[in-house]
Amino acid sequence: MSTRHTLSVLVENKPGVLARVSALFSRRGFNIDSLAVGPTEHSDVSRMTIVVNVDELPLEQVTKQLNKLVNVLKIVELDMTQSVQRELMLIKVRADADSRSHVLELVNLFRARCVDVAPDAVTIEVTGTVDKLEAFVRVLEPFGIKELVQSGMVAIGRGARSITDRSLRALDRTA
Amino acid sequence: MTEQMTGAQALVRALEQVGVDTVFGIPGGAILPAYDPLYDSKKVRHVLVRHEQGAGHAAEGYAQATGRVGVCMATSGPGATNLVTPIADAYMDSVPIVAITGQVASAAIGTDAFQEADISGITMPITKHNFLVTDPADIPRTIVEAFHIAATGRPGPVLVDISKDALQATTTYTWPVQMQLPGYRPVTRPHSKQIREAARLIAEAKRPVLYVGGGVHKATASPELLELAELTGIPVITTLMARGTFPDSHRQHLGMPGMHGTVAAVGALQRSDLMIVLGARFDDRVTGRLDTFAPHAKVVHADIDPAEISKNRHADVPIVGDCKEVISDLVAAIKADGRKGDYAEWWRHLDAYRETYALGYETYEDGSLAPQYIMERIGALVGPDAIYTAGVGQHQMWAAQFIGYENPGSFINSGGAGTMGFAVPAAMGAKMGRPDKEVWAIDGDGCFQMTNQELATCALEGVPIKIAVINNGNLGMVRQWQTLFYDQRYSNTDLQSSRRIPDFVKLAEAYGCVGLRCERPEDVDDTIRKAMEITDMPVVIDFVVHADAMVWPMVAAGTSNDDIKYARDMAPKWEHED
Repeated sequence: MSTRHTLSVLVENKPGVLARVSALFSRRGFNIDSLAVGPTEHSDVSRMTIVVNVDELPLEQVTKQLNKLVNVLKIVELDMTQSVQRELMLIKVRADADSRSHVLELVNLFRARCVDVAPDAVTIEVTGTVDKLEAFVRVLEPFGIKELVQSGMVAIGRGARSITDRSLRALDRTA
Repeated sequence: MTEQMTGAQALVRALEQVGVDTVFGIPGGAILPAYDPLYDSKKVRHVLVRHEQGAGHAAEGYAQATGRVGVCMATSGPGATNLVTPIADAYMDSVPIVAITGQVASAAIGTDAFQEADISGITMPITKHNFLVTDPADIPRTIVEAFHIAATGRPGPVLVDISKDALQATTTYTWPVQMQLPGYRPVTRPHSKQIREAARLIAEAKRPVLYVGGGVHKATASPELLELAELTGIPVITTLMARGTFPDSHRQHLGMPGMHGTVAAVGALQRSDLMIVLGARFDDRVTGRLDTFAPHAKVVHADIDPAEISKNRHADVPIVGDCKEVISDLVAAIKADGRKGDYAEWWRHLDAYRETYALGYETYEDGSLAPQYIMERIGALVGPDAIYTAGVGQHQMWAAQFIGYENPGSFINSGGAGTMGFAVPAAMGAKMGRPDKEVWAIDGDGCFQMTNQELATCALEGVPIKIAVINNGNLGMVRQWQTLFYDQRYSNTDLQSSRRIPDFVKLAEAYGCVGLRCERPEDVDDTIRKAMEITDMPVVIDFVVHADAMVWPMVAAGTSNDDIKYARDMAPKWEHED
């Protein structure tokens, strides 16, 4: 049975690293559900959050293959229950004078934000877990969704420990 | 030390300082700046090949014959893409090479400039790592890193693509340089707990087998392997990449496993209760149908690449480490354990397989040549101290089966990638790396026509290799499959080489080599001896052989090793079963 796994991958902030990682997934036949990449607290290091839908064994294989990439510094699988996961979604919903207050009520219920208003539509920003975003989209559908865009998931472990600590010390040594 | 110089000079200086003595390549527009200081180098010999593919395979042959990093060089665009096949080959067989390519000027990258190709993008999945350098100051460090990555851990190809403006610009050369590879940390030291666990399984096994792959020779661990084998008395099987790693003449050697392995080796694996897998990767050509491969065996799997462990077959005892350290630690642990396995019963079975189903072949009443006989005679007359290379196909399998290898690294061939045309340029590279060795390329008439342009290089550079072309007039291995699985419908496998188009003897002469031809069994020895006597020129022998000769034994692709045939429709009887 396939399951979703969230991998946090620390990589050197160099050109082509994203291509190396995504090419490795496609070449080895692993599907990426979501991928987000951005800077970290260390300017030489980027962090990718990759959500994959694979069994335990292929997951081990893909992790090992990722580890072989010279630009990959560290890989940690984040446990769903031991980490905070967020996605960001922007949704443009049909809303005229009659329906706008209904829409805004849902925006409040979901702790979303209205970021743009036009006479016949509003644009809403919402963050949360995959489940929350799916639920939000479901309640907005009856009003008419005109456009939707969504980020990949980013995730961070709970508690005081940081996955970057040890690998960044290694980076400082060689810098 | 710091000094002002161009990026091109920095490149050549860095190559000298990492110890490069030979570079195989062809110049062109984008790499041209590098060829100017190369012209003056006293330490680096550049060998002008006739096709970049030849440069790449020569670098592989050089690397495998010397144990050092092989180097090839090409220009941007088509020069670089012609290196793709040898790079892929080196990746599959873990051969340490560094490919240096020129790239269009950095301002032109991405504009579809003349002779532009995204070679770092193209080779991403077939290199261990690659670099695109656009700043001349990065050249020395990148070269050091490239050689370090290629040679350490699981060896492999590294490509360094350098833009033309980086080669031309002036920079400050600093030596030594500090590598910046925070994400590269190969594990070579095996875990002692796993070693003890492996030693325990070995002591308890009744039918153990040592399944030895190319990683053992790459770790120069043949002496340790011999000690382990003789200490334990366990049978040894050497894969295509490991031929010679354990002496063929040794009593404990069962031969090669896999699709064209010996019945004894295949049967031993299928019946074993413990496989000790050293530097091998459960290639599909070894395992056959994976779910029926060695069904009773527990697995101790040692490899320097953690990703190989449990990739195809679950490892009960995974050991990540360099085979030299793994095997010597295993020897120590087994000695400490003190128990000795009793394999008398196991050997009784194995000896029976070996005697009943020894490698053999068909001879022909019409007086035509059996290719296997040629291999036997080359093996006998040239001997085990030579280096042999092979292309890919029937001749490669016969060379693996019948020559007889006693020394590690004495058989260099294209295993994982199966690259036809490997033999001639690889032999050239091997001979240049080891001029003291006699080097024989065993080639097929199909393979030979893919890369024989390097005969010119050999003749001009004074590289006196021997090339035995096993000429059956066909793409023989494909034809064998057509015979067995496609109702003898020989679609596009007849090369008509028997019509002497081309005439290999004349071709050899045209290239400044000696050409010999042999068509009868009684002439084989004399022809080989004649070739051996010529030591100042390359020699090509056109061995015209019977077109229907087949490689046996054979496990058909996708079937179980249990269904091995030792001749057409002849399955061994496993009656020695208990």
